[in-house]
Amino acid sequence: MNPAARKIVPRPKALNCPQCGAAIELRAMGAAASVVCGYCASTLDATNPQLVILQRWKAKMTVQPFLPLGSRGKLAGAIWEVIGFQQRGIQVEGTDYYWREYVLFNPYKGFRYLSEYDNHWNFVTAIPSLPVAGTNARNRPTVTHDGIVYDHFQTARASTSFVIGEFPWQVKMGETVEAADYVSPPHMLSSETTKDEVTWSKGEYVPAQDIWTAFQIPGAPPPPVGVYSTQPAPPAAKSTRPWGLFFVFSLLLLGMMIFFATRALQETVLNETYTFNPAATGEKSFVTRPFVLRGAKANVHVAVHGDLDNAWAFISMALINEETGEAFDFGRQVSYYHGVDGGESWTEDSRDDAATLPSIPGGLYYLRLEPETEAPTGAAAALAQRPIRYNVQLVRDVPFYFRYFLGIFLLLLPLPFMGRKGANFEALRWHESDYGVPPNAIAWSSSSGDDDE
Amino acid sequence: MSQPSAICPNCGAPIRFRWSSAIQTTCEYCKSILVRHDVNLEKVGQVADLPPDISPIQIGTEGVYRNTAFQVIGRIIYSHDIGAWNEWHLIFSNGSSGWLSDAQAEYAVSFLSQPESPLPGPGEIYRGWEYSQQGVRLAVTTLTEASYEGVEGELPFTYWDKERCRFADLRSVDGRFATIDYTEAPPLLFLGEFVEFESLRLTNLKEFEGWTA
Repeated sequence: MNPAARKIVPRPKALNCPQCGAAIELRAMGAAASVVCGYCASTLDATNPQLVILQRWKAKMTVQPFLPLGSRGKLAGAIWEVIGFQQRGIQVEGTDYYWREYVLFNPYKGFRYLSEYDNHWNFVTAIPSLPVAGTNARNRPTVTHDGIVYDHFQTARASTSFVIGEFPWQVKMGETVEAADYVSPPHMLSSETTKDEVTWSKGEYVPAQDIWTAFQIPGAPPPPVGVYSTQPAPPAAKSTRPWGLFFVFSLLLLGMMIFFATRALQETVLNETYTFNPAATGEKSFVTRPFVLRGAKANVHVAVHGDLDNAWAFISMALINEETGEAFDFGRQVSYYHGVDGGESWTEDSRDDAATLPSIPGGLYYLRLEPETEAPTGAAAALAQRPIRYNVQLVRDVPFYFRYFLGIFLLLLPLPFMGRKGANFEALRWHESDYGVPPNAIAWSSSSGDDDE
Repeated sequence: MSQPSAICPNCGAPIRFRWSSAIQTTCEYCKSILVRHDVNLEKVGQVADLPPDISPIQIGTEGVYRNTAFQVIGRIIYSHDIGAWNEWHLIFSNGSSGWLSDAQAEYAVSFLSQPESPLPGPGEIYRGWEYSQQGVRLAVTTLTEASYEGVEGELPFTYWDKERCRFADLRSVDGRFATIDYTEAPPLLFLGEFVEFESLRLTNLKEFEGWTA
């Protein structure tokens, strides 16, 4: 038997800061390399029971962590205790940007980190394997890890400006590393490089509410500001989804169109050819033989063809229900003109005209027709003496296509705006990057990438 | 009780070996470091108090790696300027020996391997240096100057008199891992891979107050 077996490792006892005497609680059971006094901010060697001072510092608690040291929360299937907190900053073109990092500890699973910037949270895990460096189609740097390509976002020198609690490395105020971020939302790969070491970690965007729930923080989290590099695009901003919806609804419309087209009666109820003499006087109107329009309510397609020559004709029509006397009045005009102008012959052909009368109840109907044309005058008179022949065809219940295509067209209308919303989101995401524009956008400046301001 | 056993030359306590090839062990009672010479044990040093325990693993922890059961029988503790880590000596059910390194709960299993090509000297290696073995390309990510903090249990070599150690850690794109150990000349190469804590299915772990495994 191993004498160490079954022995429960107790919680470390509270110690006193050798610099200022304040009580220091070690939460990571000695797994941490350093601990920073919450009162005087001296960095102490957490692996040494005497808490040797590594860095003397006199500072006030100027940054209050959202998650107090010692609080526990369940994230990614495990319980984590907050044991350390630091604020780090980078300087980009003279402006300081700060973010905050929490060290999470579980004695079996080790360390994880939470980073927070403008209320955007990421859960960060160190990764043991090395991402593969590459470039994208626009020659911008990428890294590939586990088959996912991450686009380079930013490289900057990050320095620690405030620190408290325990860390798995010897954290120091003013400590500087070169930090590079590569993103593939909602994930980020980050490298931190010093002379002797390069470490990689993978972050995943976590909604602030999930942090609040995990650590049981009362109230609602402050709303995040702007778009963060790993923030998933909201559903409406995803450019594939509107197209997917468009496709689905278009298919639906086409399906309806085919369904109703195959069910349409398409019954020709009248197909007659008439003539009239423009020169004739007297009553021009007449009625057709009666015909039956089957079904309850359906459309009636009326097609008029005029056998004309340099003339026009207007046919006034009324579809009259023989039983009820209800009349649907309408008219169609046909014309055909041709000639020679400056040596070139021209034609203006409108010999066919058609209309669809919607929602005509079934029943026995007849059509009243009244053709009209220009009274022949002058030189045309002799020609126009010719009688005008015209054909009228009535079809009950024709399939209609136009409204479906109109529907599809209307579905298309919001797409450019939705696409733009997605593009805007990506533009906002990448605005804060070293490039100012998304990885596949054409850079306005040359390859330097720094002069886009 | 087929394990070879002996008596601690310092305190007379029985010393049981879990592994017949062990060269060095520590007495569980008086903490003497004992080196085996044929059947005799020689006390070569005394283990100082171990630094605060930082790992859920302990001597006697059992687990499974690539379908082969192992037991933790020894440990070397190193410290460097930004922390400490453990190299746990594993003895597998097939008799082979390997190492489980535990650096702040980042776990890797590795085995002593014969280098396919000569390794650079301690002054020639640098971060970013690349090495290929068994078709795996590895690059140096960390150079560590470590000091030797303590030992526990059975080890395949004598490790009691090494003070400063230089290590180069190498990583691949797919989670493979290598360490070049400059405590010997020519340097030793350990090849392996990073492992998830859960995948080792460890039992007989240390228990921590206020936590459940």
